[in-house]
Amino acid sequence: MGLELYLDLMSQPCRAVYIFAKKNDIPFQLRTIELLKGQHYTDDFAQVNPLRKVPALKDGDFNLAESVAILLYLSRKYKAPDHWYPQDLQARARVDEYLSWQHTALRNCCTRAMWQKMMFPKYLGHSVPPEMLAATLAELDRCLQMLEDKFLRDQAYLTGSCISVADLVAITELMHPVSAGCKIFESRPKLEAWRQRVEAAVGEKLFQEAHAVVLKAKDMPPLMDPTLKKNLMLSLQYLLH
Amino acid sequence: MVLELYLDLLSQPCRAIYIFAKKNGIPFQMHTVELRKGEHLSDAFAQVNPMKKVPAMKDNDFTLSESVAILLYLMHKYKVPDHWYPQELQARARVDEYLAWQHTTLRRSCLRALWHKVMLPVFLGEQVPSEMLATTLAELDMNLQVLEDKFLQDKAFLVGSHISLADLVAITEVMHPVGGGCPVFEGRPKLAAWYHRVEAAVGKDLFREAHEVILNAKDSPPANLIIKQKLMPGVLAMIQ
Repeated sequence: MGLELYLDLMSQPCRAVYIFAKKNDIPFQLRTIELLKGQHYTDDFAQVNPLRKVPALKDGDFNLAESVAILLYLSRKYKAPDHWYPQDLQARARVDEYLSWQHTALRNCCTRAMWQKMMFPKYLGHSVPPEMLAATLAELDRCLQMLEDKFLRDQAYLTGSCISVADLVAITELMHPVSAGCKIFESRPKLEAWRQRVEAAVGEKLFQEAHAVVLKAKDMPPLMDPTLKKNLMLSLQYLLH
Repeated sequence: MVLELYLDLLSQPCRAIYIFAKKNGIPFQMHTVELRKGEHLSDAFAQVNPMKKVPAMKDNDFTLSESVAILLYLMHKYKVPDHWYPQELQARARVDEYLAWQHTTLRRSCLRALWHKVMLPVFLGEQVPSEMLATTLAELDMNLQVLEDKFLQDKAFLVGSHISLADLVAITEVMHPVGGGCPVFEGRPKLAAWYHRVEAAVGKDLFREAHEVILNAKDSPPANLIIKQKLMPGVLAMIQ
C-alpha cells in the first residue's frame, strides 16, 4: 500500500498538504474524510489518527498527524526542491518561524472568521452576535497586518524570493475567510500581489482544484439532520468564544 | 558578537531554550526581559522582536522569534547530538508532530492553568470564577491524557528511547501548572516516571536552575495599578 493522505479540502491545512503533494508529483491515494458529516469521528479513522483530525498521513505502517509535520516529512522523503524548505540556516529559520507563529495567530482568526460569518448562520442556522463577528474580523485584520509587516515586508514571498511551505500554509488559510465573502485582499495591494505570485507559482489549475470545495461552501444548503447539527455545534462551540 | 537570547524564565518556551542552550554548551549572552515588569512592551525590545514576545534571539544581525524556530536554529547551527532532532525520517517526523500539536493544546491549557489559578488572582488581583478555573483544569487534564496516551505511550521519552526537543518543550510546559500548585503528576505514575527521566537527562542542577522562577511564581508581589493596566490586554489575549 502506498502513501495515503486523509484529507478534507474544506480544511485549510488539508489544502496546503494537497497542493504540496500534487505540485511535487508525490504519488498518493486520497482518502476523503468529510468533516461536516462527522467522518473524522469513526473508529476506522481513529486507527489512522487517534487525535481525530485531518490532515493525516499513512505511509505503510507509519501514521502521522499535524499538517506542518506532514509537509516536512513529504518534503524530506520525496526530496522536494530546496526552496520549499531551504537548507540554508537563516532561510529555514524564517520558514520555521512562520509555521510556528501561524498556529495561534492567522489559523485561529481565519477559522473563526469563516465560521462566524458564514458557516454558523448559513449552514447551522445559528446566528452569531454582530459584536462577536466584528471583533473576529478586527482580529483577522490585525493578523493580516502582521503577515504583511512582519513576514512579507518587501519580499516576493513570505520568507524570501522563492515560494516555500510557509506561503502554502498562509494562502490556504486566507482562502478560508475569502470563501465566506471577506474582501481581505481588496484594500491590501501588497498582499494581493503576493497572492497572485503564489497562485502562479502553484499553478492556477491546481490552486483552483484545491479550493473548489471551500469556494462552494457558501452555496451549501442548510444542514437539516438534527443529530449531525447538534454534534457539529457541540464540537465547534470553541469557535464562538 | 556572541549569540544573544532574550528570555524570561517565567515563560515555558524560554525555559526550553535556556535548558537546550546550556545543556549543549552553546555560548550565549542572556538578556532577561521581565514580563511582570512589562519589559517586553518597551521600544528597545521591539527592535529585537516587533511581536513583543519572548523568547527572542539575536545572532549578530539576524533576529528570530518563536521558540520552535529558535530551538531548530540552535540545533542546526551548533550541531548538537542527533537524539535532540533525529536525522532519521520517521523519528524526526514524530518530533515535528509533537512540536506542532502542542501550540494550541498543552501549551494553551498549561498557560491558562497557571494564570487562572495563580497569576491573575495573586499578581494582577483579578478573581477568577471557580467554574472557569474548573473548566481550565479539566482541559489541562484532557491534554495531559493525550500526552500520555498518544505521545508517550510505553516509551521512555516522547518520541523514542532518547530525550528530544519534544520532551524539553513538553516538560517546560508541564512545569507551568506545577508552579501554580496543580498536582499534575498525582495519579499519573507514567507521566511522573517520564518527568524523572527527563530531569535526569537534562541534569538536576540545570533543571532546577531553569525552573526556579516558575516555582516561585505564586510568591509574585502584586502588580501596581500602572503595571496592571499595561499588562492586562496582553495577558487576556495570551490566555484567550
